[in-house]
Amino acid sequence: MSSIGTGYDLSVTTFSPDGRVFQIEYANKAIDNSGTVVGIKCKDGVVLGVEKLIPSKMLLEGSNRRIHAVHKHAGMAVAGLAADGRQIVGRARSEASQYLSFYGEDIPIKELCDRVAHYVHLCTLYWWLRPFGSAAILGGYDRDGPQLYMIEPSGVAYRYFGAAVGKGRQAAKTAIEKLKLLEMTCREGIIAVAKIIYEVHDEAKDKAFELELSWVCDESNKQHQRVPADLLEEAKVAAKAAKDALDEDEGMDAD
Amino acid sequence: MEPMAGEWTSAAHSMGTTIMAVEYNGGVILGADSRTTTGVYVANRASDKITQLTDNVYLCRSGSAADTQVVSDYVRYFLNQHTIQLGREATVKTAATLVKELAYQNKSFLQAGMIVAGWDKYDGGSVYAVPLGGTLLRLPFATGGSGSSYLYGFLDQAWRPQMSKDEAERFVVKSIALAIARDGASGGVVRTVTVNEHGVERNFFAGDKLPLFHEEIPPGRNSLLA
Repeated sequence: MSSIGTGYDLSVTTFSPDGRVFQIEYANKAIDNSGTVVGIKCKDGVVLGVEKLIPSKMLLEGSNRRIHAVHKHAGMAVAGLAADGRQIVGRARSEASQYLSFYGEDIPIKELCDRVAHYVHLCTLYWWLRPFGSAAILGGYDRDGPQLYMIEPSGVAYRYFGAAVGKGRQAAKTAIEKLKLLEMTCREGIIAVAKIIYEVHDEAKDKAFELELSWVCDESNKQHQRVPADLLEEAKVAAKAAKDALDEDEGMDAD
Repeated sequence: MEPMAGEWTSAAHSMGTTIMAVEYNGGVILGADSRTTTGVYVANRASDKITQLTDNVYLCRSGSAADTQVVSDYVRYFLNQHTIQLGREATVKTAATLVKELAYQNKSFLQAGMIVAGWDKYDGGSVYAVPLGGTLLRLPFATGGSGSSYLYGFLDQAWRPQMSKDEAERFVVKSIALAIARDGASGGVVRTVTVNEHGVERNFFAGDKLPLFHEEIPPGRNSLLA
């Protein structure tokens, strides 16, 4: 899949002879190199989780958040270039706020996703703009129930039961496929997401990471919020235990 | 002798009007008189002041006929697009918010007192008043137009929540008839529109169907025609 597009990759307004836009593919590489972001839709809500890699011990815990509130009933987790992700979240927030102002109701999640995707796509149409180097996983709860969407740098957006981007996405997707999402509640989902993130974290290549978890479900009154501290701790403990058990099984611990 | 071209030939069309809408147990009933005037001349004695915005939301118009027609045309257009994009019918709240937005942002140009009422599956029957200036207020019942001034006392006394459909319709017809009796700028027939989960029903009450109040001569007996 990795090929260089010599000559056809200098501008996002150039197609290659085989119909690819290389600049967008390169934008995806930026995301592939960032920490894993996972989202799952359980039967009563959506859970978002981020493997936030910590490049330096000098960073304050809890800073550089990767999960953002977009509106009362929706939140976004971003992967890839952090500054690009901030722009996307900003746009989502203003779309949601303007919709409420104009129509008197909270924006349906599908509509919000379409608006953000439209904006991201817009930035792939002009030579004087570069594509966003981030993907956003949008989780929300509206009149049609809980929904999970992912918007990619190309401007394409799909609705998912489970989605993952970033370094550990392959392993994460495999793990998500094993989950019985239709029967799972968000309480159980939090533990599952935490376990997946700990599992895909590569201790050899990346040093420390912080787990960020958020949910929007019946239990949170259909509002998007960070997972309460006690549940977060519970999830971390369970995930660490599962990871240690896995390491022992695989004999990765040098004894 | 009056000049050939009186003031009425150039005066703007105004709907003196009495309009109202009430929530009942299961939906809403909108009601209005049918008199449109240019000055003192009755330009249309059978006008329809209850306009459709969507399948499930209707609008009562009072004030400048032109202004309210334009506002309702814009809102119908916006709601049509919104419904297509949303994939389901628009709510009464959304329709009312759009009417409010136009009324408020253009307050210095418009003379439009409107009532938005309809039924949707989330809030059931709802009535929203959008008077001059562009306030948005959800109420169990609302009135507007020049004739509404004569109704406040009656409504305070007679209105009850959760009326049945027939009770509510009789209530609306009686109110408008009372206003017509006292307000020169309201008259003609009484039109009603009932909106509920089953759909929409239009009704029409002409002179002989309207209740009479003391000292009024019953229609049909005219001393000039023996």
